[in-house]
Amino acid sequence: MGQPEKDHRGVVDTATMEIVVAALFFAFAAVVMFDSYRLGAAWGSDGPEPGYFPFYTGLIIAIASVVLLVQGVRLCRQPRAAFVERGQFKDVLVVLLPALGYVLAIEFVGIYLASACYIAVFMVFLGHYTWKRGVTVGVSVGLFAFVLFERWFSIPLPKGFIERALGF
Amino acid sequence: MDELQSLMHGFAVALTLQNVLLMFLGIVLGVLIGVLPGLGGANGIAILLPLTFTMSPTSAIIMLSCIYWGALFGGAITSILFNIPGEPWSVATTFDGHPMAQQGRAGEALTAAFTGSFIGAFFAVVMITFLAPLVAEFALKFGPPEYFAVYLLAFCSFVGMGKGSPWKTIAAMMLGFGLAAVGMDTVTGQLRLTFGSTELLRGVDFLVVVIGLFGIGEILLTMEEGLEFKGRSAKINARVVFQTWAQLPKFWATSLRACLIGCWMGVTPGGATPASFMSYGVAKQISKNGHNFGKGEMEGVVAPETAAHAAGTAALLPMLALGIPGSPTAAVLLGGLLIWGLQPGPLLFVEQKDFVWGLIASMYLGNIVGLIVVLTTVPLFAAILRIPFSIIAPVIIVVCAIGAYTVNNAMLDVWLMMLFGVVGYVFKKLDYPMAPMVLALVLGDRAEDSFRQSMLMSQGSVSILWSNWLVGGISTAALLLLLWPFISALRERRRRVVL
Amino acid sequence: MNNQASSRTPAGTRVPGTWQRRLRIVSSVLGLTGLLASLPLVDSAHAQAWEPTRTVEFIVPAGTGGGADQMARLIQGIIQKNGLMKQPIIVVNKGGGAGAEGFLEIKGAKGDPHKIVITLSNLFTTALSTATFDWTEFTPVTMMALDQFVLWVNAKNNAKTAKEFLEQVRAGGGKMRMGGTGARQEDQIITVSIERATGVKFIYIPFKGGGEVATQLVGGHVDATVNNPIEAVAQWRAGALKPLCVFDDERMPYKARLTESMSWNDVPTCREAGVPTDYVMLRGIFMPGGVTPAQRDYYAGVMRRVRETPEWKKFIEDGAFNPSALEGDAFVKWLTRTKEEHRGLMKEAGWVTK
Repeated sequence: MGQPEKDHRGVVDTATMEIVVAALFFAFAAVVMFDSYRLGAAWGSDGPEPGYFPFYTGLIIAIASVVLLVQGVRLCRQPRAAFVERGQFKDVLVVLLPALGYVLAIEFVGIYLASACYIAVFMVFLGHYTWKRGVTVGVSVGLFAFVLFERWFSIPLPKGFIERALGF
Repeated sequence: MDELQSLMHGFAVALTLQNVLLMFLGIVLGVLIGVLPGLGGANGIAILLPLTFTMSPTSAIIMLSCIYWGALFGGAITSILFNIPGEPWSVATTFDGHPMAQQGRAGEALTAAFTGSFIGAFFAVVMITFLAPLVAEFALKFGPPEYFAVYLLAFCSFVGMGKGSPWKTIAAMMLGFGLAAVGMDTVTGQLRLTFGSTELLRGVDFLVVVIGLFGIGEILLTMEEGLEFKGRSAKINARVVFQTWAQLPKFWATSLRACLIGCWMGVTPGGATPASFMSYGVAKQISKNGHNFGKGEMEGVVAPETAAHAAGTAALLPMLALGIPGSPTAAVLLGGLLIWGLQPGPLLFVEQKDFVWGLIASMYLGNIVGLIVVLTTVPLFAAILRIPFSIIAPVIIVVCAIGAYTVNNAMLDVWLMMLFGVVGYVFKKLDYPMAPMVLALVLGDRAEDSFRQSMLMSQGSVSILWSNWLVGGISTAALLLLLWPFISALRERRRRVVL
Repeated sequence: MNNQASSRTPAGTRVPGTWQRRLRIVSSVLGLTGLLASLPLVDSAHAQAWEPTRTVEFIVPAGTGGGADQMARLIQGIIQKNGLMKQPIIVVNKGGGAGAEGFLEIKGAKGDPHKIVITLSNLFTTALSTATFDWTEFTPVTMMALDQFVLWVNAKNNAKTAKEFLEQVRAGGGKMRMGGTGARQEDQIITVSIERATGVKFIYIPFKGGGEVATQLVGGHVDATVNNPIEAVAQWRAGALKPLCVFDDERMPYKARLTESMSWNDVPTCREAGVPTDYVMLRGIFMPGGVTPAQRDYYAGVMRRVRETPEWKKFIEDGAFNPSALEGDAFVKWLTRTKEEHRGLMKEAGWVTK
């Protein structure tokens, strides 16, 4: 794309991200500890119970996340650094969101059609290629994958209505 | 030298025109399988197994084992070029291989990886040729406590490597352990962390996480860094192979260590993945250039690749001699042996001499053929980096999605891959180390299983980890490695005091 | 050789009934039936009957390399080599949650005739312990064989019979180790049955696969195992392990000498040897629920032809399987009875409450 000027304002600063990530770690730890406690987290007569290791794994994450949380809060007092700038963030989203859309599309139309469309759209809108080139590359990758997996290797990948109509 | 005579006989069996052609075919197919993430060696061989039913057992195993070597070689390619490990054992290759590619040294990295692989495999084959019965005997000594000690050793050799915040290292590593615990507990058969979801029964697969963390995460970072839509410069020069070879001899010590680690881990079914991590970790701690590891050091490519290949090859030995597969791929090969009416086990060496020595000879030949094939592809693969990012990026995402899906034939894995892509991006930006996390994920449940099996054996007493010289020795070595940074720091301080 | 086996006919569709016929017509217009006609008909008697119209998925509710996986891949190989099916058949491993993953996929594929599954005892054990599926939700196709279990000890053990060995276990005071595959699965069920029948106590240690279990016994890390014959035969022939008894009500019929002095037939039944326990494991083929009888009969027919091949017969003999093969009502009756037996055993062991 190569815009001449990028927006350098921060979307979110690093300290906030540190705190958010630490909080997510803590949440993960809480879930792990809760489920492990349910299964039994003691040291039984013949060694640890099924929840023993996960429980202490969770406990250690919890401790680490609290420390990281405190460090994150302290970081807030210092001059703030941007975790990601707006221009950068836009570039990342420009790849991430269509990729998520692509995965969603696989669920409905199968992997081959979704891949062909995704590659074509990506090339046309982000790479500024012509539709002709985008569609050519997209369709050839899709077809190649189809022949490779379904025909040669006999690996079934998610399929949609087109493949079904063709009898696969 | 009985073995030499048998080996010569083996060469006579293996060296027919048909078999050599099959070797080439197998290597090419294997490289293809190795390049596609998710379609690992085990899967690939399982899929291609039926192709071989019409061949003679010797031809069939030659072709299948060449697919296996091809896959071992191929795993390095995507690791280096796109930071996507095609196989679990190529994760460690990404650490230095991908930075090299970013610096425009993809050709060197590929050559170093392939040559390292070849050396590792060759070392292991020589060991199989001359020491098979001895080594098989040794592998039998490994029960649950010994396994646990080996996993511990692999782990300890890798810990204490990161430079960042120790709390972040701990959190990331424990996240790996936590994810490894999802699914059914082997020892009691109870479900852990699945919360009633049938999709989570199979657990969180290592490859899915790694494809996300490294592959997708790398694309997001590339976008952010603004490398965007230009193709990367990649110096391509047919002579790169020879120029790289000229540099390789100085890594002889690292290579030798990697060979030994690989053989050891392959025979004691630790496997190629822990071997590659352990070799990387040890090389980083011992090498003079250790502090440069992770920034594109060739030694950091040689170490894991050599060990992975040595382990992958050595893993075939317990399969032939004992009938236990050292890796999932070996397990599928084992199934093949049974279908051809060959019973793996101690008697295979006695009753099926042609077959066994034909196979061993084909290991030599297959690796040489493999090296030639992959080296000729170096310029080709390095040239891929010249394709503009706006074409290669969506193709990489498609390949990642296919790879994540084929691991378990599950859509949930594709979503998980995307999730870990974002996690990888955030972790990288906040300096959470990812290597300890993936190592915990790959070794976590195995280490836990073997620990709990040991505890069942000893009825809850940890002293079983020092119950004989073998397990005691490994456990002690593991603890020493773990404490090594402290010990060296102490020695450093004392030296300063003396001065 | 027989290339037709792997070539595909993209004719037909998933939609049953008139649509199927209409699309057949369309495809014949496209000249694809010419390709169809060039293939040898698999079973001319069934020319009017149902046949798969696309790739068939053969699900293995276990990991790669295990007994079920080996059998499934052998069946796949036999089908391809002999051209027993026109459409390709591919093996898909779904072993998560002790096989629950694979069975749940079959449960969810109600009415889909392009999925079949091979079973092991987890058809009962996993069903009972997770209560997420039941065999009655599937369509039983055929029993392929019954897998035997043998009590193995290390060859260095001086016990000559199962009875002598159990005396050792009793004298050991509950410290002897029994290795087995998985937790709360067939191996542990047998272990508990032995304990109930004889009053001895073992420490049961679960491992991930049968091959690993046998190796642990060779290495002396466990004192006994109940491996399937095929998992331990190589070590037996090499003189590292010895079989004490087989957990079936009759001896195994195979009289070919495997060691200098013994054949499978020389291994006594556990009942003869004074351990009143028996257990066999189902190796059978199932389809999802809600398929038509014609679809079921198609696979039953294919499997019958698989069982007639020399490759299959050799495999059955090498693995010392019990070559029982049931279909239809007899199979259903067997399944009903066996599930109740499992429920009883697992209830006694305290693993299920219902």
